[in-house]
Amino acid sequence: MRTIAKAALGLFAALLLGSAQGEELAPDVLVKNVTLEVVELIAKDKEIRGNRNKLIQLIDEKVLPHFNFTGMTALAMGQSWNKANAEQKKRLTEEFKTLLVRTYASALAAFSEQKFEFRPLRAKPTDTDVTVNVRVLQSGAQPVPIDYSMEKGAAGWKVYDVMVGGVSLVANYRTEFNNTVRESGIDGLIKSLSAKNRTFEAAGTAPQK
Amino acid sequence: MRFLGSAVLLALLAACASADGDPRDPFEGFNRGVYKFNETVDEAIAKPVATAYRDLVHEEIRSRVRNFFSNIADLFIGVNNLLQGKLQDGVEDWARFAFNSTFGLLGIHDVASDMGIEKHNEDFGQTLGRWGVGDGPYLVLPILGSSTLRDGFGTAADIYTDPVGDFRPIRLRNSAVALRLVGVRADLLDASRILDEAALDKYVFQRDAYLQRRRSLIYDGQPPREKRIEEGRSLRTPVNVEPAADVNNVRFAQHAHDR
Repeated sequence: MRTIAKAALGLFAALLLGSAQGEELAPDVLVKNVTLEVVELIAKDKEIRGNRNKLIQLIDEKVLPHFNFTGMTALAMGQSWNKANAEQKKRLTEEFKTLLVRTYASALAAFSEQKFEFRPLRAKPTDTDVTVNVRVLQSGAQPVPIDYSMEKGAAGWKVYDVMVGGVSLVANYRTEFNNTVRESGIDGLIKSLSAKNRTFEAAGTAPQK
Repeated sequence: MRFLGSAVLLALLAACASADGDPRDPFEGFNRGVYKFNETVDEAIAKPVATAYRDLVHEEIRSRVRNFFSNIADLFIGVNNLLQGKLQDGVEDWARFAFNSTFGLLGIHDVASDMGIEKHNEDFGQTLGRWGVGDGPYLVLPILGSSTLRDGFGTAADIYTDPVGDFRPIRLRNSAVALRLVGVRADLLDASRILDEAALDKYVFQRDAYLQRRRSLIYDGQPPREKRIEEGRSLRTPVNVEPAADVNNVRFAQHAHDR
C-alpha cells in the first residue's frame, strides 16, 4: 500500500515538475540551468572546444531559444532601427545574430573552465524586466560579473542584453552601427555585418589560439 | 631621433582633421594613430611573447605569478578604497595583503579569497572619478592603450606609487615589471581574440567598451542607469541620475530600483 502511495506521489511530483519546466522557469533558474548544462557539455566533450561549428551548433540548440534577437538588434541600432524597412530589419537581425553567436561561442569556450557563481534574483514576482547576475570567479583577480537583462514576454523570459564586466554588448555596438549607417546607410550596415560574418567562415572552423 | 618623434607627432595631429566627431573623443585622429602603433607593437612583440608564456609555462605557475603581483597591488587598492571613503573595503584589502603575504607565502597563494575576503578593483583614476572628476577626452596612450585624460593622471599616480618600482637591484625591478606585463597580456589573449571577432571597427568597439567599463568600475558595478534610446518598446523605465552626484545615494537608489 505504502509503495503505491509513494509511487503515486512520485508520479505526481514528476508531473508537477514537468509542467513547471514546460511552462515557466524563474529567469535566474533558467540562466543557471542553461549555463551549467552548456558548460558541462563543453567540459565533457573535448572535441567541441576545438571545433567551432560544433560549438555554434550547441549554442544554437541550447542558448538561442532564450534570446530575443530582434529586441537586441533594435536596441543596438537605436534611432536607426525605425529607418529600416521590414526586410532590412529581418536581415539585420539575422546577421547580428550570427555575429553574436560566434562571439558568445568564443567567450564561452574561454570561460568554460572557470567557476560560476549564481546570485539570487533581486526582483518581485510580478516584475517583467529583471537583471540576472552571474559571476565568474578567478584566482588573483576580481570576479567578472555577467549580467543578463531579461524581459518576460508571451514566449517566456528572453535575454535582450548581456553585460560583461559592466560593458553592455548592445550599447557597445550602438556607436559602430550608427557610424556605419551614417556613412553608408542601412544596406551598408547589412553589407558590412555579413562581410564580417563571412570572414569567419573563410577563416575555417578551428578558433586560432 | 627626437626630430623623428616630433615629425610622427605632427603627422598624427594632422590626421586629427579627419576625425568624424564623437564628443567623447575629440582627438580621434591622433588616437587612431597611436592605436595603430600599439597594434603593430602588440602583433610584433607583446602577443607572441604572451602566447609563448601561456603555452610554455604551466597554468599552476602562471597563477602563482599572477597572485604574487595581485597581492602587491592590494596595498594601493586599499589606499584608494580609503581615499574613496570605503573603510570596510580598504580594511579588507589590507587584510588580504596581510594574510596572503604571510600564510600565502609572499602572495603566491590567494588564501584570502579562499577565506572569503574578496579582491577589489581600484586605482587612482577611479578615485578621481569617485571624487567627481569627469572622464575628460578619450586618449590612447602609447603601449598602455585606452585611457582618458583623468585616467591618464590616475595611471601616472599608479606608476609612481607602484611598489614593484621600488624593487632593487634595478635588473630585478625590470624583470619583475616585464614579467608582470607579459602575464597581463597573456591573460588578455582570449579577450583580444573575442574583440577581433566581435568588432566591426576595433578602435570604436574598444573605446566604447573601455568607457563603459571604467564607468562601471567607478561605481563598483552599480552605475546609475543611462537613459535608453526608446524604440517604442517597454524596456525598463530610464532612471536619470546626475553622474558623480552623491555616489552613495545613487547606489542606494539603484538598489532600490532593482528590488
